[in-house]
Amino acid sequence: MPTSSSTFTESGDKTLVLNMGPQHPSTHGVLRLVLEIDGETVVKLRPEIGYLHTGIEKTCEAKFYQQVVPLTDRIDYLCPLTNNLTYCLAVEKLLGLEIPPKAQWMRVLMNELTRINSHLVWLGTHAMDLGAMTVFLYCFREREDVLRFFEMVSGQRMMTSYFRIGGLALEPPLGFFEKVKKFADRFPGNVDEYEGLLTGNPIFMMRTKGVAQLSAEDAIALGACGPTLRASGVDMDLRRDDPYTGYQNFKFKVPVSNGCDVFARYVCRVQELRESIGIVQQALAGMPEGPVKADAPKVVLPDREKMKTQMEALIYHFKIITEGFSVPEGEVYQAVESPRGEMGYYIVSDGTAKPYRVHMRGPSFANLQALAKMCEGYLIADVVAAIGSIDVVLGDIDR
Amino acid sequence: MAIPSPITDVEQLKSHPALGRLVGWNAAAVQAVKFDRGELTIWIEKGVIREVCAILRDDATCPFNYLADLTCVDWYPSEPRFEVVYHLLSIPRKERVRLKARLDGSNPAIESVTSVWPAANNYEREVFDLFGVRFTGHPDLKRILMPDDWEGHPLRKDYPVEGYR
Repeated sequence: MPTSSSTFTESGDKTLVLNMGPQHPSTHGVLRLVLEIDGETVVKLRPEIGYLHTGIEKTCEAKFYQQVVPLTDRIDYLCPLTNNLTYCLAVEKLLGLEIPPKAQWMRVLMNELTRINSHLVWLGTHAMDLGAMTVFLYCFREREDVLRFFEMVSGQRMMTSYFRIGGLALEPPLGFFEKVKKFADRFPGNVDEYEGLLTGNPIFMMRTKGVAQLSAEDAIALGACGPTLRASGVDMDLRRDDPYTGYQNFKFKVPVSNGCDVFARYVCRVQELRESIGIVQQALAGMPEGPVKADAPKVVLPDREKMKTQMEALIYHFKIITEGFSVPEGEVYQAVESPRGEMGYYIVSDGTAKPYRVHMRGPSFANLQALAKMCEGYLIADVVAAIGSIDVVLGDIDR
Repeated sequence: MAIPSPITDVEQLKSHPALGRLVGWNAAAVQAVKFDRGELTIWIEKGVIREVCAILRDDATCPFNYLADLTCVDWYPSEPRFEVVYHLLSIPRKERVRLKARLDGSNPAIESVTSVWPAANNYEREVFDLFGVRFTGHPDLKRILMPDDWEGHPLRKDYPVEGYR
């Protein structure tokens, strides 16, 4: 940690300015916090971001619509499929494209597996920040299974790009559903295991109960979203309130807590793990048959087989790859409930093959604003618990 | 699935809670409206943006209490060049509305809405950083994503994708 006069100075005679990050094991990436402390108590907290800024929004403006999909993976790298989904839904809304049922159900299935993947990373690292090493190892054991499912369908463990404009990239491979089914049957037992180690554990309770409180009014005013908002007692989940990609066909509960503290956020997320696996079970049970791509040859790449046998398919393939496809003028804002909250894509089209403007509304960017309010008045050690409880991903913040 | 053509007539759209409230308050503040692909956009006279936001937030029947997103679009080289875009959400009523304010390219500035939603703080800093739009009354308007000594505003359309070399 640098100790130069600019980052580590005494201000006045009571408080001290302390720099935390950007390289710090508990800031989950390259988050830098400037803390003003009075003894052990945090008086003021200021997040400094931008260390991971890659200009993705600018890059999108120079790419064809279909070339943006792999870029969206790299924003929130813990839930790449949710990003793919939000982007694809937004472009499909601009195009007025109808997606076949099997593709929709697969999207729900993969999206919930992504939520499980993301929450497992959160639970493991959050518990480790608070001193519980075993949970981390357990969570990453199950996460490995989920990553293998991603690899099965897309060939990639993390940067999947599996959802494409108009449907999916490929049919899921043989044996995929059986493997997911086995995992889904086993997983609730694993969640019991995590809960056995944490819920009711006196050390964990002392570190989380009553810590980093955020009232419902503050949470709304500061733009907090997702589990952070629901743990403050605001009943809001876009999957239920503004259903997309067929979520209206699924039954699930939205966990809400009035605890407003780190423990409440923990409870909400762990409950979400159980609800997500329920949705996965429903998706597996009711998976429809049929194509996984929309019937829109000008937008969706043809199957390899057709390309080699049909002249028309070859022409469409060539045109999509070399010229892209034009999207009618207009603008849309598509919001999706990502593991961290409202993930929104605002896309403006000027009628050409490249988006005029793509803006990503990252849930971590919104939740980070609530961090200062949560931490002020608590101890430095509680800052670590608070960062873990809002589950920030810096790729999502800096873009 | 064909896209229905956009509706731009204020009278037809008055049933939307946000538009009804604004027309009832001050019809001159509403410059234009568009209902396209199920989303309502209202162009607001830039001088009253903070009041409009405060009115929509405190509306009794449908409070748009949540600022979902705030961003900007650059229409270079046409004028007015910038459009600041506000996405509001009503958590109790699950309604969304998009507000837009047009700004000229020379010295673009608009009143900050941080006093209405503290959430606007970082979003306005981001727009200032990447587009060079100033927000008057913002408590701490400085760069957020780019380094403090960066020259230019990268998301402007006249800024090259590769940057200046």
